[in-house]
Order: sequence, then C-alpha cells, then structure tokens
Amino acid sequence: MASALVIAAHGSHLNPDSSTPTFDHADRIREVGAFSEVREAFWKEEPSFREVLRTLDAEEVYVVPLFISEGYFTEQVIPRELRLDGWTPEAWASDGVSATAATFRPRDVEKQVHYCGPVGTHDAMSDVMAHRADTVLDARAGSQVGLAVVGHGTERNENSAKAVQYHAARLREQGRFTEVKALFMDEPPEVDELTSHFDSEDIVVVPLFIADGYHTQEDIPEDIGLTSDYRTGYDVPAMVDGHRVWYTGAVGTDSLVADVILERARDAGASIPANRLDDAHSSPQPV
Amino acid sequence: MASSDVDRLRAHAAEHGIDTDTLSLTVVDDRYRLVVDGTVYEDLTEGEVRDTLATHPAAVREWAFWHRRAPQADARWAFLRWIEDADAHSSPSDRRAALTEGEQQRWGQLLVRVRLNDAQRRAYELRHVDDADRSAEQLDAYDDPRTARALAKYDNDGRYRPLATAPTLQTGWVFAGLEADALVQAVDFFYPATIANWHRERTGTLDVTHWAETTERQTGIYAVTEELDGAAVDWVAEACCVDSQCLKRRQWDETADRTLDVARGDGTFPCREPCSLVIAAARKWALLEREDQQTYTVQLTPSEKEQLETMLDAVADGTTDEVREADVGNAANRYRARYLRAKRAGDELFESPEDDE
Ligand code: SF4
Repeated sequence: MASALVIAAHGSHLNPDSSTPTFDHADRIREVGAFSEVREAFWKEEPSFREVLRTLDAEEVYVVPLFISEGYFTEQVIPRELRLDGWTPEAWASDGVSATAATFRPRDVEKQVHYCGPVGTHDAMSDVMAHRADTVLDARAGSQVGLAVVGHGTERNENSAKAVQYHAARLREQGRFTEVKALFMDEPPEVDELTSHFDSEDIVVVPLFIADGYHTQEDIPEDIGLTSDYRTGYDVPAMVDGHRVWYTGAVGTDSLVADVILERARDAGASIPANRLDDAHSSPQPV
Repeated sequence: MASSDVDRLRAHAAEHGIDTDTLSLTVVDDRYRLVVDGTVYEDLTEGEVRDTLATHPAAVREWAFWHRRAPQADARWAFLRWIEDADAHSSPSDRRAALTEGEQQRWGQLLVRVRLNDAQRRAYELRHVDDADRSAEQLDAYDDPRTARALAKYDNDGRYRPLATAPTLQTGWVFAGLEADALVQAVDFFYPATIANWHRERTGTLDVTHWAETTERQTGIYAVTEELDGAAVDWVAEACCVDSQCLKRRQWDETADRTLDVARGDGTFPCREPCSLVIAAARKWALLEREDQQTYTVQLTPSEKEQLETMLDAVADGTTDEVREADVGNAANRYRARYLRAKRAGDELFESPEDDE
C-alpha cells in the first residue's frame, strides 16, 4: 500500500538556509522511491506541521522529526500540531533517547500516522558522526585521534545532553577513535576548553546539530580556537595548544542523515529497500 | 489516437465498470453497454466496442486523462479541472477544442496555463503572473517541480521570503511542458497546502481555527500570544493578513462569534488559521502591549508632524526604497529624515512625563 513520509523540521523565519538540509534529505529519499510521497514540513515555514498531512494522498504516513533529541518539539509541539489523537510522551516509552515509534490517528484527516523518534537519537547517528569525522580527516592526522561530540547543553532541554552523551558512549565503545568526549556549549564539560579534555594530538570536533547556523558557524569555531573571529574564516585543521583540531560543521547536513530518516521509518514498519547506510556499515572503516 | 487508450478503457470497464461524466461502459455476459457523447449503444461485442470507441476519440482521450493520468486524488483532480474550467465545456470534444486554444488561471501570483501539445496531450506551464506576456526565451526554464522551493525562497531583491504566500514571489522563470502531477507538485511547493485547503473550502469542509483557539494552544515562548484580544487582533490582521501582505484570504476571526473589522482579502485560496509568522509577531506585540500608555509632549512644526506620519506610512507600506535619493520633496526622503533627527533628536524628540519632574 502507498505510504508517505513527512520530515518534520524546525525551519526559520529569518535564516533561508535553515531548511536546506531538510530539502536535501527529502530529495535523496525521493530518489530511493520507497514512499509514494515525501514531504518536508516545518514549525516556522510551510507547509506547517498543522497542514502537511492534508497535502498527502497516502493513508499511511510516517513522520520523522529532524530534531536532535526528544523534548519540547518532539513531545509537545509536533504531536499537538499534527493533532495526533491520544498522544502522550509515554506512548514512546522512552528513557530520553530510546523512542522508536507509536501510531495514532490525526483528528483532521483520515490517515494513520506512525510518529517516529527523532533522527538525532537513532543509533545510526553514531555512524554518521564517525563518517562525518572521517570526511574531514586526511593523511595529516596521526593514528591517535580524539573525537569531540558537541551539543548545546542542558539549558533548554535535558534530553539534548543525553543524546550527545549517548552517541559519545557508543562511539567510545566502537573503538574507532582513541578518545571520545561529550562536550557542551552551555555547561561543563565545556567545549571552549577543548584541548584540555584530550591527550590525542589530533582532535576532530563534530557538532550534534541539525543545520548549520550561528552556533556551528560562529560560536563553536571561536570556542574551540580555530579562529578568534569567525568572520575572518579559518583553516581546518588548525593548530591549537599543540593539537591539530579538525572541524566538521553540523552533522545534520551529512547526506547519510537521509538514511537515518529511512531507518526511523523502517523501524516503525515502513518497507524500505536496503540503503546506503547498510553499505557504509559493511565497508571497512578507514582509520 | 493511441489505441492503447481504447484497450485500457475496455480492460478497466471489464474489471470495474466505467461510469464517468465522459462516458460509461458496462459489461454483462461479454456484451457491452456504452454511453458516449450522448449516444447509447447496447449489446455490443468486444470488437464493436473497440470500433465504436474509435469514432469518439475525444471522449476516450478525456477518459484516459482524467481517470488514468491525472492524479487520482480529490483536491488535485478538482484543481486541474478548475484550471481548464472543465465543467463549463459540455462535451469532450468542446473541452479539447478549448484546450487547443489553451486555458489559464491565476493562483496567487502564479499563472497556470494548459494546452494540448503536438501529441494531443495536456502540457502545463507555470510562470509568474507579471511574466504573462514575456516570451519563454526571456525566462529561465525549469522542469523539476522541486526547483519551486528554491524560487519561492527569495524575492526579486534577493531577500528571504519567510511567508510563502506574501505577494513578493520573484519573476523571471518558467516551468514548461509539465505533466499534471508535476504541475500540482510545483504549485504545492510554491504555495504549500493551498490546493488542499481550497478544495476543502469548496466542498464545505474547511476547518477554520480562530485566533482565540490558536493562541490558547500555544506553549513556551508563544503562550503569551493569548493575551492579545479584542482590537489588537484586528491590528494583527491589518498588519499581516491584508492582500498587500499575504495572498491568502483570511477566513479566521477572533472567535466564530467575533468577526474582525478587517478586509479578508480577495485571494483564491483561504487561510484557515493564524500562521507561524503571525504568531511569532504576535508574541512581540503581546509583550509590548503589557506596557502602560503615557502622555508625551512634543514640539514640532506642522510640517514635521506631517513628516513623521509620512515616514510611518513609508515604513509600513514598504515604500522607503522607492523614495529617490534627492527627492527632498518627499517627507520620507532620507535627507529629510536625517535633518529632522539632527534638529530634534538632540534634545529628546518626545518629552516624557518624568522629564517634567
Ligand atoms: S495568518 Fe495572515 S499572514 Fe499568515 S497565512 Fe494567514 S492570512 Fe497570511
């Protein structure tokens, strides 16, 4: 039966580039052809969460939030605006990073909505981070590479820190990087003391953000010592306190995020052909 | 005519029966009953059906388009019919004759055109209404509907358009030779959800959510919007929703019982609920409206008072860019504003009550 995919993202009234990763991921998924319809929806742009479902023909809809963590948007705003009848955050039975999906009927359309956990907390996101790190590292990096996963911090939502720590723990376990640290902009351990957290000569910094914006393009490059003024630009890698610091920009812009979105829908029961992320899993990791 | 259309039609009739406004074809015990172009044919064999249909090519083609190629989804289907005023043409051949000439409709700032191409199939074209008379060579041609998302992002001056239905769509592009499904997709990328809500309105099922209900639902930093009520809601609509600012026709009011005293607009498609841009602006206004009013005294010449009013209008109407550099006759001219600021701002333009104490 035909089913549709909705990618639910934040969007912006001020920044035209905020929605670009959402469009890019949607287009990659359109090309996979697993869904009869793929539609982007936004809190701040159009179609709104409120009106996206009525634009779709399919009666079966998978909604995947393009957000970093469980919290205000995924638990309150999106389900409320989609009019998911009977939603409560308990429906996900999540510990803060373990939501998969729950099924509801919206009140304004004759459809069944499989409301999935956010992209940012899916296990596959750890692989995207590693992939992202590998794409910036080159032959200059030594054999000892430390990885810093950077998040905003608990100021707005405690689960956002949980998501950062969750992926840091997974990446540590995988042993791909010599050291893995979870660092934050707003709370300890803080990203602006980056080099003090690592012994490795090379440090690669991967921000767990959905889109590039002033946090990832202005604050973090300055915080980690790549530059004292983001407007003057910076080189990657840059030498900071005797460490070579590599920087990736927001992980959410990586093309593999499209596969994480597909994984989310697949976990919720969508039938989806094997995708590129599986290939990435099975290929040997470059070191 | 493609004979495959005849075959498909016959196969479709055998399986499901066909009963449309274009033609009806039913089969009982291998004998067909056909109604086409007002004529009833009874007791036909398969071969006779085929031969008879071949004498009604327009009807077969119309059936093939509306019941096979066009998106089989109510809202989009109705939109495609509306574009070519399909219900106004009584017979399939009238309809196709009209399409040879071409039909068109406006949808916001979009101009949708449809005509039959050399293969006698519908080809749709989409461009800005202001580009109606420009030749295709003068416009940038696109064929992927997804490009509409990028075109909708910026106005002609390269500024970001946060509201898809603001009357600031950029000009200079054309989508030509689109199939029906690509056409509706492009329209939905320019003006998301407008087709769905327009169709709901036409079928009497538009679910309007009024101001009070929308603001009551808000949480977090937008919870404060609930404080705006009464005349302030009119001011919000006047600021954001009139035709000069948004091409949707506002169907929401403060409540179902308290209609706003502001023009709804003449838009083709409805606005069923205050949008996120309006809610974000309303948050600011709600916070500002918490302040108390004060009385200020101000010393101005009559012309200076008039100048302040003209400048307010120029900003509110977005016409400051149009005032020429040296047009000092215009009160919203930059030099005029700078002179006023130099003269008056030095000693506090407005005297606050406390300043007297
Ligand atoms: S609320 Fe106003 S500005 Fe927003 S879409 Fe509706 S009519 Fe347009």
